[in-house]
Amino acid sequence: MNGASPYDHRRFLERSSFIEMAARERARAILDAGSFRELLGPFDRIKSPWLPLQDIVAQADDGVVLARGTLDGQPALVAAIEGAYQGGSIGEVSGSKIAAALEFALRDCEQGRRILPVLLLETGGVRLQEANLGLAVIAEIHAAIIALRRHVPVVGVIAGPVGCFGGMSMAAALCSRLIVTRQARLGMNGPEVIEQEAGIAELDASDRPLIWSLIGGEQRFAVGLADDLQEDDATAIAAAVRDAFAHALPPLERSAQVERFIARLAAIDPQQPLDGATLRGLWHRGADL
Amino acid sequence: MERIELDYPARHAVSGRVHVGVVGSGDLEVLLEPSPDRRAHVLVTTSVDGFGPVWKCVLDRFFERFEGAASIEINDFGATPGTVMLRLEQAAEALGP
Repeated sequence: MNGASPYDHRRFLERSSFIEMAARERARAILDAGSFRELLGPFDRIKSPWLPLQDIVAQADDGVVLARGTLDGQPALVAAIEGAYQGGSIGEVSGSKIAAALEFALRDCEQGRRILPVLLLETGGVRLQEANLGLAVIAEIHAAIIALRRHVPVVGVIAGPVGCFGGMSMAAALCSRLIVTRQARLGMNGPEVIEQEAGIAELDASDRPLIWSLIGGEQRFAVGLADDLQEDDATAIAAAVRDAFAHALPPLERSAQVERFIARLAAIDPQQPLDGATLRGLWHRGADL
Repeated sequence: MERIELDYPARHAVSGRVHVGVVGSGDLEVLLEPSPDRRAHVLVTTSVDGFGPVWKCVLDRFFERFEGAASIEINDFGATPGTVMLRLEQAAEALGP
């Protein structure tokens, strides 16, 4: 077997799965060894005041790990969402933690202290039990990303297994660079939501190959909606994050390329069935840059 | 959702604090830190009602061997007794001797 193949069994056995890590381990794995320092950790007990009122057990950090540390010696901020807690949903507290951390990083950047921001996204979007408060704070996260990316690239990572949906898929789309794995999914509405609203004839949410062919990481990379496709390997993902900061800021962020994406939508005939392969033909990565 | 409070005698103080686990399906988080007095205090918040006697059995067994004066907060999302014991042992191990 070719030693360079990504499917080489030795590489598979040696790698440390990023997907299997909890949020805190992920943040630790991204930052320089020994540099991890958590802000508002579980012992600060800044948790959701709303979930217990609805008979739901709250987690002590509300499912977001904020960490300061370094990336190749440069000051960095990592916000990691815990996908196993409430589907990584964004509530008032967890969302405020991310928004406030980004706003502090912005203030530092404005004063000439460059902080490298990394978002480890694993979220179904807004936490329905905290609906309006969650939505409001997701808007604050969007605004903070847009303000911050004028100074420094904002790097997003979607590893899976939850993926990134709802308002937070917009946060992913606003990132300067987005790193995904094959296991990742990125979309506005989750497949279950689409099936429930439009019927199983429109989309069968249990058809995993179909779902990943539409919104999976490989497809999102192929059509240019993600910038980097990585194996589920903590070392490779940590290196990809460092590599993302080595890139110059794009002249026009993806979310500002309005004409390009209008032309892309115009190429689609809504009367015709559309599958992943057809979309790759229409929206081939970089072909319309 | 149910809250359960239990107290146990302790033989020595603990230093440092430990957090393990996640409030995910079938799992729980454990926050372990020094208690304000010479006893151990456990506060369980669980999503599953009616299992107070089972919690007491699991914690009685844990405190047969664990003798630290710790405050332990458990936030549980339907973990089985085996998983609860594993998380407690993990926290005790991370605390060190």
